[in-house]
Amino acid sequence: MSSFLDLMYFLVPLVIASIVPLAIVALGGLFSESTGVINIALEGIMVMGAFVGIVVMRLLVINEVFPLQMIAFIGLFIGAISGGLYATLHAFASINMKANQIISATALNLFAPALSIFTARFYFGTSNLNIGANFLIREVPLLSSIPVIGPLLFTDAFLSTYIGVFIFAVAITLLYKTKLGLRLRSVGENPHAADSLGINIYKIRYIGVIISGMLAGMGGVIFVLSFATRFSGTVSGFGFLALAVMIFGQWKPKGILLAALFFAAVRVLANAYSGIPGLQNLTIPSEIYSMLPYVATLVALAFASKNSRAPKAIGEPYDPGKR
Amino acid sequence: MKKWSMQGFFKWLNNSESSTKVISSIIAILGGLLVGFLVMLAIDPSKAGIGLWTILTGTFRDGTRSFGQTIHYSVPIILTGISVAFAFRTGLFNIGATGQLTMGAFAAVYVGINWTFLGPLHWIVAVIAGALVGALWGSIPGLLKAYRNVNEVVASIMLNYIGSFLSILLIKTYIYNQELARALSPAASAYLPRLSQLITTHRSSLNFGFIIALIVVAVTHIILNKTTFGYQLKSVGFNRDASRYAGINEKRNIILAMTISGAIAGIAGATMYLVPGRLMTIESSLLQEGFTGIAISLLGLSSPIGVLFAGLFYGALEMGGFYLQVTTRFVPQIIEIIIAVIIYFSALALFFQKYVQFVINKVVPESEVGHE
Repeated sequence: MSSFLDLMYFLVPLVIASIVPLAIVALGGLFSESTGVINIALEGIMVMGAFVGIVVMRLLVINEVFPLQMIAFIGLFIGAISGGLYATLHAFASINMKANQIISATALNLFAPALSIFTARFYFGTSNLNIGANFLIREVPLLSSIPVIGPLLFTDAFLSTYIGVFIFAVAITLLYKTKLGLRLRSVGENPHAADSLGINIYKIRYIGVIISGMLAGMGGVIFVLSFATRFSGTVSGFGFLALAVMIFGQWKPKGILLAALFFAAVRVLANAYSGIPGLQNLTIPSEIYSMLPYVATLVALAFASKNSRAPKAIGEPYDPGKR
Repeated sequence: MKKWSMQGFFKWLNNSESSTKVISSIIAILGGLLVGFLVMLAIDPSKAGIGLWTILTGTFRDGTRSFGQTIHYSVPIILTGISVAFAFRTGLFNIGATGQLTMGAFAAVYVGINWTFLGPLHWIVAVIAGALVGALWGSIPGLLKAYRNVNEVVASIMLNYIGSFLSILLIKTYIYNQELARALSPAASAYLPRLSQLITTHRSSLNFGFIIALIVVAVTHIILNKTTFGYQLKSVGFNRDASRYAGINEKRNIILAMTISGAIAGIAGATMYLVPGRLMTIESSLLQEGFTGIAISLLGLSSPIGVLFAGLFYGALEMGGFYLQVTTRFVPQIIEIIIAVIIYFSALALFFQKYVQFVINKVVPESEVGHE
């Protein structure tokens, strides 16, 4: 029994560390797609958010102006702002210019890593940026001494994880319990009906895409803080994994959480299966685990596409004359 | 005579849809170069000018060597560009060229290592293996689109990552070089013959891949423009429902378009790795060539011949990026920045085209267009 608990104490924090950025970024995708703008630029926006966030954090760490966890907080904030700004490029192309949203997003995905490697190598001589500090919290005061829950949730944790959970709750409330949220969703389902009710389609879609960018940018910083103390111009396909989470979760928050849990668990299996009794003897290569989320999403799409839950007006530029 | 040709030019400008498209491609290129220049200017103002100059003139720095190298760099990009363009003409967005390329590369390298009994046919069979496996990988999103109505973009994205991890697994299982932590090197008989073996004065790494690319350009050009099949493909691209009404089997065409597109991407993968010195890695990051192909396809207006020229332009940029490290402290990633901006501006092409048409209508005097 105690060995089972030990295993849980080892695995659960790892899974949670993956769930949070996955769910945040997938929710980012949902915000954009709810308003009818496809956002496959999540990957690039994560990279941009992570890059700007990490550069700022590195400067703050070196100058020792703020306490360590305060720096993590600032980093998340900066990541969100730069992600939101970067996403306005996608919003501009998709909304004002009625551009092909896949092409515009592809441009964003290519630009961010190129720019971050280009600048990092020029200024720091390497594309491998070290933040210069480890933000891991060994034990959260008081809470970590709660039996079972303490070791599961409040040891070896990151502040960014807790902030991520909070942001996730706020974002869901915004999307499903407020007037703005209703407008966001209506614009994605039936923009013409929304327009006839006096809703400014362009403005609402901008808001959706910018919030999407903010969540993805913040997710980028959380990703780097949780999985590496360094950043080399990539988030290793995590943005596309988040896209898969959103699709597998059928564009619904509960679905996103469950999909994130599933994908996070698989991700941990891919990286830590050798430490799990019973699995290390199966000799399933880690690549199989890594592939699993994408295969699952593909299978789910093949069986669900005939009655997809995706927003109805997705991918279509708004044309008032089409009413 | 002169008057006639001027008038003809103005007529082309004024009436032809392709003129506005060509102009918007040029605007996209200029936009990309401008942003690239601004990025360099922001980072090191003293070197930005020479940086841009180096990028633009790299091709001509070292005679036939840099010229041949430029063409050599363009080969996989021309192929992925045609792969994307071919699907695009059928109304499909093949963002999965990178996955098809990776799988094709694995097949080509596998054959290149193991099937040494083939003798002089070895490299040809290796390229064909790349095409076949690329075709297989490309057919999956085609089938899913045709029969299950799955968006080919999303399916291709998933297949990119599945392909990436699968190729790592296959490399580790079958063709792994433990010491280098990379794939083994193909046998020399599987290397694409170098053109320097034919023309002894030539010093670049240019090889038979360019000939293959030219063949693919010619074949796809003929398919798209001279055959019923090509006409059907384009008709499905214009209007799926109308095509079905006209008796065209649109499911079959969708599957075939994606399969052919995948085959071409697979060939691109083969040309990248059937050369000495480049080994397949076990890194899970996606290969950029598939995405660069999107830019080149857009610049080339989705026509094989346009893609050929756009691809050569890319090769010139890449060559310039190589020399950039010699003359400045800038790194070649600036090329990727320029390419990304070109893609972004290409996305705005619809707007440009309207604007360009508007300007042309203003600028070209009515009398010049002439009345016949």
